[in-house]
Amino acid sequence: MTDQNTTSTESAPEKRISLLTVLGPAHVWALGVGIVLVGEYMGYNFSIGKGGALGSLISCWFIGLLYTCVAMVDSEVSATVASAGGQYSQAKHIVGPLMAFNVGLYLVFAYTMLEAADALVVGDLMVEAAHDFGFAGLDPKPFVVFTIAILAWLNYRGVFMTLTVNFIITAVAFVAIFVLFFAAQGWTPGVALHHKELLTKLPYGWLGVVAAFQFAIWYYLGIEGTCQAAEEVRSVSRALPLGTITGMMTLLIAATVTWYCTTGLVPWEYLGVSIIPQYDAARAFGNPIVKFVMFIGTLFSSLASANGTISDAARAWFAMARDRYLPVWFGAVHPKYRTPYRSIVFLIPVAISFGFTGLLDQVITFSILSGLLGYTFMSINMFKFRRQWPLGTIRRGYVHPFHPFPAITLFLLCCVTYFATYLGYGMELLALMTFYIAASVWFHFHRYKYVKRGDQFTMAWPRPQGY
Amino acid sequence: MAKDFEPLNGQGKQAYVPPEQGAGGQIFDTIFLLVMIYCVLLLPLTLGITAGNTVVKKPETITWETLGQNKVMQAQWEKLGMTAEDASEYICTHFIYKIEPISLAFTAIVIIGYFVLVIYFAGKEYQEVINEKFQ
Repeated sequence: MTDQNTTSTESAPEKRISLLTVLGPAHVWALGVGIVLVGEYMGYNFSIGKGGALGSLISCWFIGLLYTCVAMVDSEVSATVASAGGQYSQAKHIVGPLMAFNVGLYLVFAYTMLEAADALVVGDLMVEAAHDFGFAGLDPKPFVVFTIAILAWLNYRGVFMTLTVNFIITAVAFVAIFVLFFAAQGWTPGVALHHKELLTKLPYGWLGVVAAFQFAIWYYLGIEGTCQAAEEVRSVSRALPLGTITGMMTLLIAATVTWYCTTGLVPWEYLGVSIIPQYDAARAFGNPIVKFVMFIGTLFSSLASANGTISDAARAWFAMARDRYLPVWFGAVHPKYRTPYRSIVFLIPVAISFGFTGLLDQVITFSILSGLLGYTFMSINMFKFRRQWPLGTIRRGYVHPFHPFPAITLFLLCCVTYFATYLGYGMELLALMTFYIAASVWFHFHRYKYVKRGDQFTMAWPRPQGY
Repeated sequence: MAKDFEPLNGQGKQAYVPPEQGAGGQIFDTIFLLVMIYCVLLLPLTLGITAGNTVVKKPETITWETLGQNKVMQAQWEKLGMTAEDASEYICTHFIYKIEPISLAFTAIVIIGYFVLVIYFAGKEYQEVINEKFQ
């Protein structure tokens, strides 16, 4: 894979400053889990609002299946196509520039909206904590700006330092989830966790379970972001699969424990709209030390997530600019820090603007839908990849079993999740589709003329079948 | 598009040389993208067009009993600092899951149409990429 990266760089006509290759499996784990772990601290609970506590759990399992399919499909393609941009580079090599442009935008907006949501949660957490200490009426907006500005500065200075910070704060946030479980004696129902009395029947029936698919995505959204760092890892074939798989296992455990603890402490109607559900669960538990730990956990998971998303969104924007899909000015690497500094700075005001709305459910719905469009692309991409280069025609880093069933399952679960979003958030779904359709028209009929055709295919592969 | 693109199917044909975009063009494209982001995504949010579709149905008399809350539920609400009146805002707000065939069909057509068009035009562009790469 390292050779392929070298080929990719050599085929470019002009000499570029490359990104540093300094990351190991632990950094990849931190990048993936760091982005996603915040999903166990906020946002997942909106699935409880849409389908009730049990509805959320059922949808969490089904969406776990969706992500298992994502991991299977994406492992094969990303272990074969490895460069900055992840799924974006896959689309470039397998479907074509317009699809790659769209996939790049999916990544940018899935991560930028998540970054905005993270900052929004930090703001709300600070306001609530200040309220608990007797300082009511604080404005969350300065905290939103401060969070994004500090993390953007860290990213501007360098990816190694950024992800090392992520590794530490992600680990602390992960441990904090289990503090609530042990403090509430989760293994002994009825002591502090009251599932028997708090869990109700499905409030919206099975239609509510389907509707909950929309926010159940939040339990795992972003784990596929690990392959964004492909160009910066020391060993792609070792670090990417190892970091991603351990990250997925971490999240499955964390999601289950999170659901179990919060639904045993907080009535589902409140939990379903809470912006800081873990902190609220600690308030319902009543122990000040646990409340402090949940404050730290929520804060750290939001910071780790925002940190990772700034890194990923900027790299996707940078990769598109380097390919001339966007103005080339954004494709510059900082001469000293070797980071995509212009892309990092450009996306800051976008994230802050959405963070200022305070509409957490809608901001994360934009993130979820952008991710969902990306997963739909992955299922289509898998079929094209196998058809254009059947097994044995190119060297694959990994071949996933049972094809085409994972790709078909993924596609069907994506369709169900679109329907779930239509239930309750149909207008937002249409607004986002309008944006991607308008952006596609702009790219195909205007921007594409600046794209160097041959440079879009840099892998040392034979001509694809059918072209 | 047709004017800018030179076919590259045969041997010996020159590679497509894209025009260089000046600073003005780059600024215009950047502003255009920002306008799209703010007008199509942010504006509907701030105008409340995209808010979740919910309805509030409260009982005439609000008590923990009329809200259907048992003793444990009541205790947990109170730990969160809520009275029955406060809690009713949460308990009595429900999503409306109404499936309207026309709006559902329209949404489906938009999503399917988007993917069909993107894959179709991406395929045409991809053919140009492959022709140039493997000429």
